[in-house]
Amino acid sequence: MTENHSNLPSPPLPDAEDLLKVLAQKLEPLLQSNTALVGIHSGGVWLMQRLLTLLENSISTHEIEHGTLDVSFYRDDYAQRGLKVENRPSQIPFDVENKHIILIDDVFYTGRTTRAAMNELFDYGRPASISLVALINRGGRELPIAPQIVAADIPLDASQHLQLTKLADGTLALELTKHNSARTQEHE
Amino acid sequence: MNNPQLDRDGNLKHLLSIEGLPKRILNQILDTAESFVGVAEREVKKVPLLRGKTVCNLFFENSTRTRTTFEIAAKRLSADVISLNVSTSSQSKGETILDTVDNLIAMHADMFVVRHAQSGAAHLIAKHVPPHIHVVNAGDGRHSHPTQGLLDVFTIRKYKPDLHNLKIAIVGDVLHSRVARSEIHALTTLGVPEVRVIAPKTLLPSQVEKLGVHVFHDMEEGLKDVDVIMMLRLQNERMSGAMLPSSQEYFKTYGLTQEKLKLAKPDAIVMHPGPMNRGVEIDSNVADGKQSVILPQVTYGIAIRMAVMAILAGGSPLVPAGDAS
Repeated sequence: MTENHSNLPSPPLPDAEDLLKVLAQKLEPLLQSNTALVGIHSGGVWLMQRLLTLLENSISTHEIEHGTLDVSFYRDDYAQRGLKVENRPSQIPFDVENKHIILIDDVFYTGRTTRAAMNELFDYGRPASISLVALINRGGRELPIAPQIVAADIPLDASQHLQLTKLADGTLALELTKHNSARTQEHE
Repeated sequence: MNNPQLDRDGNLKHLLSIEGLPKRILNQILDTAESFVGVAEREVKKVPLLRGKTVCNLFFENSTRTRTTFEIAAKRLSADVISLNVSTSSQSKGETILDTVDNLIAMHADMFVVRHAQSGAAHLIAKHVPPHIHVVNAGDGRHSHPTQGLLDVFTIRKYKPDLHNLKIAIVGDVLHSRVARSEIHALTTLGVPEVRVIAPKTLLPSQVEKLGVHVFHDMEEGLKDVDVIMMLRLQNERMSGAMLPSSQEYFKTYGLTQEKLKLAKPDAIVMHPGPMNRGVEIDSNVADGKQSVILPQVTYGIAIRMAVMAILAGGSPLVPAGDAS
């Protein structure tokens, strides 16, 4: 799956495409008429796009609204790391008020990204509820926030970095690398 | 030579002029502004980036629009804003400016937005302040007005995303315009292949060709097939001596009318940094017409100023860009 993971003392990574199907199955019962999906850049947005296709048949009765968030303006490490914005603005093209929002992220780690995403969402309006769906929970949360739905739990060491990548053919894959230096309070 | 605008790692520390800014930084500002445009369309038009920071608008020269947009931009970043209109009548200006600045630093100001009639005022302050304080030039004399230049480029990019294929004409009082210089630098740095200036000889700086522009003295010739027309304000208040016969005469030759606009490409956009002299450099029906993007310029100006302040006030990245999660 990745060239780097063989030299790390960790179990082999599952296939991201398999996990995606598991996630779609688990997500299906959560969808109601006033549910909206919101993907967190970048991995969460890729996942959301794939989930919308996979769930197309089951949600045919009503169109599920969806949007994307880039939480750069809400991160808690701005004072340390500065602002790094790629050209991919947040887009919430629906009214957040009274919606059941399902946030989608690729890897759940500290919970800081989720905190930032929730704060940003509230600046668009007051949702009825927010749930969190992640492909993988890697453990190590630093806030009282946890995903409701995950496709797999893969406990990792702080020196390890797990991320979702999008291959040239559009399929998703997991990539495990090792940090050069341990960073604290990382957003993931 | 070390660039006072960048820190040791090449990150933006002060914004003093577009001259000397690498393409990488210009694109960073423009891309960041892209994300700030959407903030104004939300229920809560604020992001928390500059919460707890104090931004001081130091205006030694009046400019209501620039001051207002900087103030709105800082407030949308959640900063506390103090706007000071400082009189220029004081005799020992150099000393007075720095004394004012020192007093504001003692009050824990974090950023200065400086407007001054004299070129180099913002540089002077930037050189004086301690390293954790940032300075933004909001216009100094005839020298520079970098955020205006940036917002103009941003507006062009919004309407004409492929900068590498554009013909852009800057029309009017280039000599007295700090905007024109900032714009020319930004446009050429970002790879616009053809920048023209159209003006009478008396309103062009000597050796303007050295900035990499094509010079025209005739509107009919200069506007042919351009994608963007940037009108400049006729700077009456800066005009010393009789450089022009009269404003009516100027309008006849260099004012932008519907007829002259037809010489440009049919989808050309018309820009003006404001405030406009209707009937002097631009006809009302062009200013209010379909091809005019003069009001969007004002809107985008807020996003650009938010981007600049947010980039300046953030901590220096400890890890190389691209390693964010």
